[in-house]
Amino acid sequence: MTGYILRRILQVIPVFIGTTLLIYFMVFVLPGDPVLALFGDKTPNPAQLARLREQYALDQPFIVQYLHYLGGIFTGNLGTSFSGQPVSRILLQTFPVTLRLALLAIIIEMVAGILVGLVSGLRKGGVFDASALVVSLILISLPIFVIALTSQFVFGVQLGWARTTVGPGAPIQDLILPAFVLASINFAVVVRLTRSSVIETSGEDYVRTAYAKGLGRRRVIPVHILRNSLIPAVTSLGADFGILIVGATVTEGVFNVPGVGRTLYQAIIKGESTTVVSFVTVMTLVYLVVNLLVDLLYAALDPRIRYVR
Amino acid sequence: MSDNTPSASAGAPSRSTGTGHFVAEEEAELGAVDSIRAQGKPSNLWRDAWRDMRTRPMFYISAVLILLVVVAALLPGLFTHESPTACVLSLSNQGPSAGHPLGFTRQGCDVFSRIVHGASTSLSVGLIVLLLTTVLGIVFGAIAGFYGGWVDSVLSRAGDIFFSIPYILAAVVIMSVLSAHRNVFVIALAIGLFSWPSTARILRAQILRVKESDFVTASTAMGISRFGVLLRHVLPNSITPVIVSTTISLAAAITAEATLSYLGVGLPPTFMSWGNDISAAQVNVRTAPMPLIYPSIALSVTVLAFIMMGEVIREALDPRARASR
Repeated sequence: MTGYILRRILQVIPVFIGTTLLIYFMVFVLPGDPVLALFGDKTPNPAQLARLREQYALDQPFIVQYLHYLGGIFTGNLGTSFSGQPVSRILLQTFPVTLRLALLAIIIEMVAGILVGLVSGLRKGGVFDASALVVSLILISLPIFVIALTSQFVFGVQLGWARTTVGPGAPIQDLILPAFVLASINFAVVVRLTRSSVIETSGEDYVRTAYAKGLGRRRVIPVHILRNSLIPAVTSLGADFGILIVGATVTEGVFNVPGVGRTLYQAIIKGESTTVVSFVTVMTLVYLVVNLLVDLLYAALDPRIRYVR
Repeated sequence: MSDNTPSASAGAPSRSTGTGHFVAEEEAELGAVDSIRAQGKPSNLWRDAWRDMRTRPMFYISAVLILLVVVAALLPGLFTHESPTACVLSLSNQGPSAGHPLGFTRQGCDVFSRIVHGASTSLSVGLIVLLLTTVLGIVFGAIAGFYGGWVDSVLSRAGDIFFSIPYILAAVVIMSVLSAHRNVFVIALAIGLFSWPSTARILRAQILRVKESDFVTASTAMGISRFGVLLRHVLPNSITPVIVSTTISLAAAITAEATLSYLGVGLPPTFMSWGNDISAAQVNVRTAPMPLIYPSIALSVTVLAFIMMGEVIREALDPRARASR
């Protein structure tokens, strides 16, 4: 296991260097001057331009620039936003809100998705299964901003069940509707993975043995079938985390949740490309770390993974 | 289906002799062999899949929807004679009237006409991304899977790097840097550049399986060059999962374009795009929700049609899924 952990961590290092290099490359090599872009339509004075260029080490060769940027990531110096606040401080302020929203969404999608997937799998081909399939197809097809805007209109404006925008401090009751919206993206994936996994597990010899021993469905379904069908759904969390990040950006923008996503959303809308890049870099790093953790969890859950390769 | 039933023994009945050899009890008549041949054309994955697809209502529903979108994209004049850009501000957010079945947008443009004309934008972004992800995915996946070794390591790590940045975020970065050059090609490039690794991974995994097959060894033994083996034997036998993933990637690209346009880093407002229209209608959602609802429906139904088609193809190509239905 230790060997596997070490190997897996070593694999992340080149990917980490590659992703940061790639993001950096895209921003500073593509046409368009990031420093000029900071000023929007206004014409900056040359002294200000030179100062900013020096601050971002833009007068240095490419590799020095990149190392400067990499050093910034590690020391928490991610530049300053338009409003003059350091990006790292904004991140620290907004991160807890997004974490709360994301955790709430993950709990909702996991509980609902696994339950629906379990019932669908156990009653394969039934009415419930067929309707779950249709609902999951529709949910997959609806872009997140359509779900967010529609549910804000229906549940917030028309039915008045929830507040259309999240209040200051983001209390948990205000986050429930946005969390359901965010959960809807990966819900269908969890349902399908659980369903096919339940169908496969139900055909296993140990399930037949359990029934043959005289155990009832109440014991066999949770202990023998469900527990062994959970791995695909749990490990899908890692790959789907990227979708969750994008979803959080849109959802927080629509519901005005004061989190990382809304800050990114506003930076995109205002065209603050330096802030956008810092946020995307941090989110990509979070995504890498989450995937690493999920892989390690996977290895802990399923010993077969550790011995492959 | 159950695998427990003993498979019907193929060929002539045999009995064991003491030495461990199997000897046919009686010579199979040549006529018997011929009659097996004559029963039908040899089973073919594509023909079976095509036959299976045509039995499914989902295939017809999605095919009709896709056809509608394609016709709207190529010949918008068939559906509406209203110009999507001829807008009268005094008609802002007006409800339906004669000749304007879906009413007007905030700018006083005909909603139905804008939806019809927006189809070509969505479809062309989807198709360019599809082309890009398929070509990049096949080249990287095939070479990595077939040649293995250090080539595989380098290409797979390169794929990991592109895969590690959520592709919509990557597109957000590209589009916000290229704010002066936004058009259909640039947005398709921004999406496609980061979505090919999933296709490459699928193909690589499939090629790793296929290249161990006997027919690959046989064709190598026959003296066909390595590249020839890859092109003529390995690739055609590994391509099916890629076809499914490209159908899904078309749907994902349409969603991505709309999301980027909604976020304001997609196409400029002068382009007819469902994402732009939804974003513009968002301001008045409390008083006039319909200009937001209609393009949302058009977008979702288009995406649904491609996803359903991908689903139908996947199940038709996968005998196991077909059997478990």
